[in-house]
Amino acid sequence: MFLITCPYCGTRDQSEFSNAGEAHVARPANGEELTDEQWADFVFLRNNPKGLFAERWVHTAGCRRFFNMLRNTATDEILAVYEIGAKPPKVTTVEPATPSGEAPIGSGNDAVKVMRPEEPK
Amino acid sequence: MTAQPNRRASGGLIDRSKVVRFRFDGRDFSGHPGDTLASALLANDEHMVARGFKYHRPRGIFGAGSEDPTALVQIGSDAARTDPNTRVTEQEIYDGLEALAQNVWPSLKFDVGAVNDLFSAFLPAGFYYKTFMGPLGNWMAFEPFIRKAAGLGKAPGAPDPDRYESINRHCDVLVAGGGPAGLMAALTAAKAGARVILAEETAALGGRLLSVDPDKVNLGDMAPTAWVESIAAELAGMDNVTVLTRTAAFGYYAQNFVGLWERVSDHLAPNDQPANLPRQRVWRVRAREVVLATGAVERPLVFHENDRPGIMLAGAARTFTHRYGVLPGKRVLVFANNDSAWEAAFDLQSSGARVAGIVDLRRDIDGGLLSTAAEHGISIHPGAAIVGTSGAQRVSGATVRRMSDSGGVEGPVTAIECDLLAVSGGWMPNIALFSQSRGKLVYDEDLSAFRPGQSWQKERSAGSAAATFDLDGCLKEGARAGADAASKAGIPAKAERPPKVEGAERPQGTPRVIPEIPSGRPRHKVRAWIDLQDDVTTKDLKLAVNEGYDSIEHAKRYTTSGMGTDQGKVANMNAFALVADALKKPIWQVGTTTYRQPWKPVTFAAMAGQHVGDHFHPRRVTPMHDWHKSNGAVFEPVGDWLRARAYQRPGESFEAAVRRESLAARESVAALDASTLGKIDIRGKDARTFLNRVYTNAWSKLAPGKARYGLMLGEDGMVMDDGVTACLADDHFHMTTTTGGAARVLTHLEDYIQTEWTDLEVYMTTVTEEWAVASLSGPDSWRVVAELCDGIDPDPEKFEFMSHTTATIDGVPVRVFRISFTGALAYEINIAADYGAWLWDKVMEAGQPYGIQPYGTEAMHLLRAEKGFVIVGQETDGTVTPADLRMDWIVSKAKGDFIGKRSLSRSDTVRTDRKQLVGLLTEDPTLMLEEGAHVIATATEPAEKPVPMLGHVTSSYDSPTIGRSIAMAMVESGGARMGERLWVSRKGGTPIPVKVTETDFLKMREDGDV
Ligand SMILES: [Zn+2]
Repeated sequence: MFLITCPYCGTRDQSEFSNAGEAHVARPANGEELTDEQWADFVFLRNNPKGLFAERWVHTAGCRRFFNMLRNTATDEILAVYEIGAKPPKVTTVEPATPSGEAPIGSGNDAVKVMRPEEPK
Repeated sequence: MTAQPNRRASGGLIDRSKVVRFRFDGRDFSGHPGDTLASALLANDEHMVARGFKYHRPRGIFGAGSEDPTALVQIGSDAARTDPNTRVTEQEIYDGLEALAQNVWPSLKFDVGAVNDLFSAFLPAGFYYKTFMGPLGNWMAFEPFIRKAAGLGKAPGAPDPDRYESINRHCDVLVAGGGPAGLMAALTAAKAGARVILAEETAALGGRLLSVDPDKVNLGDMAPTAWVESIAAELAGMDNVTVLTRTAAFGYYAQNFVGLWERVSDHLAPNDQPANLPRQRVWRVRAREVVLATGAVERPLVFHENDRPGIMLAGAARTFTHRYGVLPGKRVLVFANNDSAWEAAFDLQSSGARVAGIVDLRRDIDGGLLSTAAEHGISIHPGAAIVGTSGAQRVSGATVRRMSDSGGVEGPVTAIECDLLAVSGGWMPNIALFSQSRGKLVYDEDLSAFRPGQSWQKERSAGSAAATFDLDGCLKEGARAGADAASKAGIPAKAERPPKVEGAERPQGTPRVIPEIPSGRPRHKVRAWIDLQDDVTTKDLKLAVNEGYDSIEHAKRYTTSGMGTDQGKVANMNAFALVADALKKPIWQVGTTTYRQPWKPVTFAAMAGQHVGDHFHPRRVTPMHDWHKSNGAVFEPVGDWLRARAYQRPGESFEAAVRRESLAARESVAALDASTLGKIDIRGKDARTFLNRVYTNAWSKLAPGKARYGLMLGEDGMVMDDGVTACLADDHFHMTTTTGGAARVLTHLEDYIQTEWTDLEVYMTTVTEEWAVASLSGPDSWRVVAELCDGIDPDPEKFEFMSHTTATIDGVPVRVFRISFTGALAYEINIAADYGAWLWDKVMEAGQPYGIQPYGTEAMHLLRAEKGFVIVGQETDGTVTPADLRMDWIVSKAKGDFIGKRSLSRSDTVRTDRKQLVGLLTEDPTLMLEEGAHVIATATEPAEKPVPMLGHVTSSYDSPTIGRSIAMAMVESGGARMGERLWVSRKGGTPIPVKVTETDFLKMREDGDV
């Protein structure tokens, strides 16, 4: 259970919020001019990366406002929250690195549970 | 038999002045306050408490705490309160406690299932998988046998009468574990002023300090227990500290969120449990910093016949001796691979047992240990192994042979009698919580075990959890960890000075780990247990590796090793080592299985906390609810709401009630409580533009005082909601939604206003609860409205359909809408919710001369179906467009973009063979179709499966107004099939012939078509 900082209300329990999918996906204003494939790309297809991801949340049981969040989906680190319409801030995080596509630490994946002998402690 | 023959004369945290009586396996026993079931049974010389999961072999008490794998019993026989799979090493005794042996029949000591043991060769690793994968008949044949034979306790058979709760807490420093390191950490952080929570899994603080000989060890000139008491008293005196005993930190989640499980009153007899306290609590702690002082777990040795009752971890034997004042054996044989077990041997000897020998896998033993053993007169067997044990329901002896240079055994076999075999394979840091926190483990070659490596969250490990085994080191490391944690939490702290330790014993040294200790027996005759709970032997794991399960996670699941209620606390490390050995890989490469939450089984009841019964989910009721209740209403849940489904009169059937209500709504007048409809107040200068974009039809010309029905689509073009929206002013609208869709619709609308069309000035809020609504249907409804309301002429000739106005009832303002979901003349009266019950009484009173009836949702469903109106969620399922509903008329071609518009011209949505909504009339008017039944094109089901399906029935009713059954269905190219003959399949009968029709059955009747 995360603690999430609503940009308008402050820090609250995750149970007050709902995830609203990938951020920065603008609704095409010229839908009628798009091919089926282009339109389907907007309606049905979303990125689902392992690692840094910009997603929308809504403070359902609070101010009801939508906002953006940068989260590392491999480690569940919440790196930033920012308002709708704003550009994502620059953040640093441990990106997936190992061959199995895992962050080098903080992931539940097998590949990173145990240190290799040569790894610095 | 003497009561408690193994009870020592003094010592331990028990109160010998009081006697506690309890029953186990149908026999009476006594113990003392402070005893666990395990210590009390051992005091009475009872070692065997259970039978194995698979082979039903006798199982004893192996550990002294939560690490014990097999000493599980059922507590209590009351169907509501019985608790299965309770560890005897954790359950404290109370007067009247009743414990039952599990998985035995007819009794613990004589069990028919033990015959499984003779067939053990037929129950190898992967037995279930192989049976599943084999011919179907195999599973059929084995299943009853497996179900009967394998198993643990019985689930309660009645609702839980006890109370549970969950608590949310924040703290600066959470300390998990109340041993020497944990105590110093908590003390240090607390003295610096940090808000501290200290959680100790057992009933008392002190950890391993309670398991040492108090005559030998001193802390700051105090006996260990006295020192623990002094620290406990100091902590208790500070407001910023919460000390929780009987509380296990069971789960370490993201962002330093840690779950604690407190067994508040499980140690008390049900009648003694304080009424103000729950039985158990879950603490949901958000800690700025965490200190993991979770100690170490002793490792078993893997040797032939290592599973008999009376075989016990050496550390556990010491715990029973000193913490509980019970000597678990009179003649003790010690089998070890490290120094700490020698200390255990000396300890047991000086506590009154006779040590029959120490067998050590190591050849080179420290000179100090050798001379102490000589002083005690203990015979020693260095460089030797136990190669077999004897004893049916309790170990009675073991055979010992010398280890050879080649890794086998050689030389003569020495038989040694014993009634307790204390084993020790070294100590493993308890890294479960650390690993749950997603820290990385490191394999320590000296330790032959894993210890914490690289931290990920805000925690640090201290004491034996961090592989610091000497007492002085534990105390110091704990203090340092407490200071570090408090400082990092923003409260500068200096490590408290630990007490001076005198007489501390030597730590374990470097254990000699042998994955499978040689016995000199042929391979197939070796039975060496890795996991005592799941009955997994070395043979099973090696078979798994041979069959290609070379990932430890796969080998675990194939053999079920570590998958029991103990999650392999003592077994896992041996399993990893054996698999690594079989694969000829270093252990760090084999890795570990995943340490998942919870660290030990937490009851469902504690997890659910207060959220049970009426508190499981909020239930919403309308202001008129009490009236419905006292007038025979049968309720149904709709979304979170409880709605009256029908009002049954005494002696009346449900069906008869629905018929009566629906006829009243057609022929005279009937009233529906429509308060649950979602209502959204929409304002702003761009509100009209917004409605144009969220509904499929045009809203530009809707004048104040008028209302309009709208369909709302998702961006995929599928119908998501519908409802009537009224224009109150040019910039003010009152939108209604379906009862279940209200919250979803508001979020959908907010999403577009807040994130897409931020240039529009529109404000929305939910007003569902602000208004109570009575919907009046039937030819006389206008007369009732006329009688009730002032300032309105509801005459249908004057008050137009789809219009609304304000009025008053006895001076109370109302909004009256002339809208209809039944096809009959209908009015909706909206009033401030507080007046809802009052309004309802008024309606019933005013309607009495016209024979007004209340009607419920079932009649409402029937009435709207008679008119051919759809219900979103019944006719639609998220894959239905307006054209599929044959409601093209509601999709504006003229206006600009709206949500879902582009999707209505996708190649998939313009297909002509899509399913469309039609009416179905059975050729036999008395036959009712089943909702969900398949529509097919042939009079009999073709032999070849699957049967081609044209669609399905969405609604089906017996309509008194139409005088026959009616139904609606989604049928392939339905709109083009008018008049066609189709069939609807039914279970256990021939398909029913039907005619495809329009959906407005009322009109069809008017036109004489039905
Ligand atoms: Zn908020």
